[in-house]
Amino acid sequence: MMASDHPIRRFLSRNRAPVLVTCLWAALYLVYIIGAPQVFLSPGIYAALMGTLAFSGILAIGATYVVTLGEIDLSFPSIMGLSAWVFAHSYATLGSFPLSLVFCLGVGFTLGLLNGLAITKVGVPSIVLTIGTMFLWRGLVHVLVQGQSIVLSQLDGTVWNALLVGRVAGYVPAQFIWFLALAVALGLVYRYHRFGSHVLFTGDDATSARMVGIDTDLVKIKCFVLIGVLAAVAGLLSLAFNQSFFPSHGDSMLLPTLAAVFIGGTSVFGGKGTMWGTFMGVLIMGSLETGIVALGLTGFWYQFIAGLTIVASVILYALLLRKVN
Amino acid sequence: MPSPLLELRDVSLSFGRVHVLKGVSFDVFPGEIVALVGDNGAGKSSLIKVVTGVHRRTGGEITFRGRPIAVTSVRESREMGIETVYQERALADQQELWRNVFVGRELTTVAGFLDIPRQKEETRRLLREYMGFTSEAIDIDTEVKSLSGGEKQGVAIARALYFNAELIILDEPTSGLAVSEQRKVLSFIRGIRDKGKTAIFIDHNIFHVHDVADRFVILDKGRVAAQFAKHEITRDELIDMMVELHNKGAIVQ
Repeated sequence: MMASDHPIRRFLSRNRAPVLVTCLWAALYLVYIIGAPQVFLSPGIYAALMGTLAFSGILAIGATYVVTLGEIDLSFPSIMGLSAWVFAHSYATLGSFPLSLVFCLGVGFTLGLLNGLAITKVGVPSIVLTIGTMFLWRGLVHVLVQGQSIVLSQLDGTVWNALLVGRVAGYVPAQFIWFLALAVALGLVYRYHRFGSHVLFTGDDATSARMVGIDTDLVKIKCFVLIGVLAAVAGLLSLAFNQSFFPSHGDSMLLPTLAAVFIGGTSVFGGKGTMWGTFMGVLIMGSLETGIVALGLTGFWYQFIAGLTIVASVILYALLLRKVN
Repeated sequence: MPSPLLELRDVSLSFGRVHVLKGVSFDVFPGEIVALVGDNGAGKSSLIKVVTGVHRRTGGEITFRGRPIAVTSVRESREMGIETVYQERALADQQELWRNVFVGRELTTVAGFLDIPRQKEETRRLLREYMGFTSEAIDIDTEVKSLSGGEKQGVAIARALYFNAELIILDEPTSGLAVSEQRKVLSFIRGIRDKGKTAIFIDHNIFHVHDVADRFVILDKGRVAAQFAKHEITRDELIDMMVELHNKGAIVQ
């Protein structure tokens, strides 16, 4: 209850998780630079990393909101897949970018809304429901495309393409700028907006949140809609990046995205998290594969070291929390 | 006699065939502390939830400040000036004090963004004016879980007073607290009366109830069994009466 003496100590004690994950990130990139200077001292590698981690990063922003509620969404890779298919199919047949964009975002919005309604109004636990919708929407993609991929070469050279995945100043991938802009905007909302506050209270103690007049169902529905729309955005960006649609589009995003959120210190019990932590978690998860290979290990080490990073960070958080309590 | 702040006439509440409240009538006058006492299942918490809009009553009339009310949401009852402090649920543990004080009634600047400097300043004022804490003694930026149980209840009561609640309802505010913390809470409850506001208060501890309340409304199986002003009944008589009601209930069951 007493105010701590020193401002720096106060800052550290209030921001344990984000400080910890920032140190982890710095240590990891230091290892990269020392272990593989020829790779990690050249600017090209950072442009490549920024280009690939943006997709999972955009998903992780939405996942931070959902996890803060004390809920989980396992269906966002499938929402990403289905909305990307809707864009690819509509763009290939109609040729209109704006129309296809609206369809794509509309699918993300609708599927997020369905998740949210089933979780709040029907009362299905989110982990159970989203296992179901994960299979459902991925299954629908497979049924619709029958194993075929869609090539979107006509997108190449358009202004839309440059806007989505071009290079800014000839270096920074546009998709990273989108990720950064969304992370900053939604990070500000998370911490400084009424809505973010209501998300934190709902995740902390839903009963007491209702007692102060927060419509916790509506807050939850909005968060599931948010991750649905962000999944559609990530789907569209990665579609433009790859210039083709595969039926497995987005499938590999699930675990690295959630891992980034947990490494970032967002509590699985809800009520606590930071967008900065998630951002650091994304930089860590998104660099592991490249870093490991650059260090001279084979790609077979990726899962092992990713696992090590996740387990070590979540154990540290658990210990920190125990110490505080 | 001033006119009552809150009047309940024949209030009933049923869940299907289960009748929780069977025509409850009593008045609460401005500036008094009324204790609702009764055994488990007597209907105390249900009655509170009807008044605050958590449950919708199935019959009867409630008037507040002379106007009939049909409260259907917690937000609505808060806006009318009825504030509830629930046991263990007073504040959200992992959020900062300045967030807790204004949650659901945030001070904002543009587009719903929080006016954090003002919220912090007003939180300090609230602690100073309603709880007697100096601004140096409390770090309003820490999570409220670092506060003691009594302090949390105190903040919840101070918050209600700050927002000009006319009627503050306390649902077992001392349960689960250490004795020293219970003392603090009781003094905060007396503070409600000192500010000229009104309180309804549920507690199992008859010692607390008799100590703090001006009047007792005894509920038994969804009905008002008796009402006494403090000078009409001693603490021991009140305890005897509770025991008697309890035993009668046990025989019937």
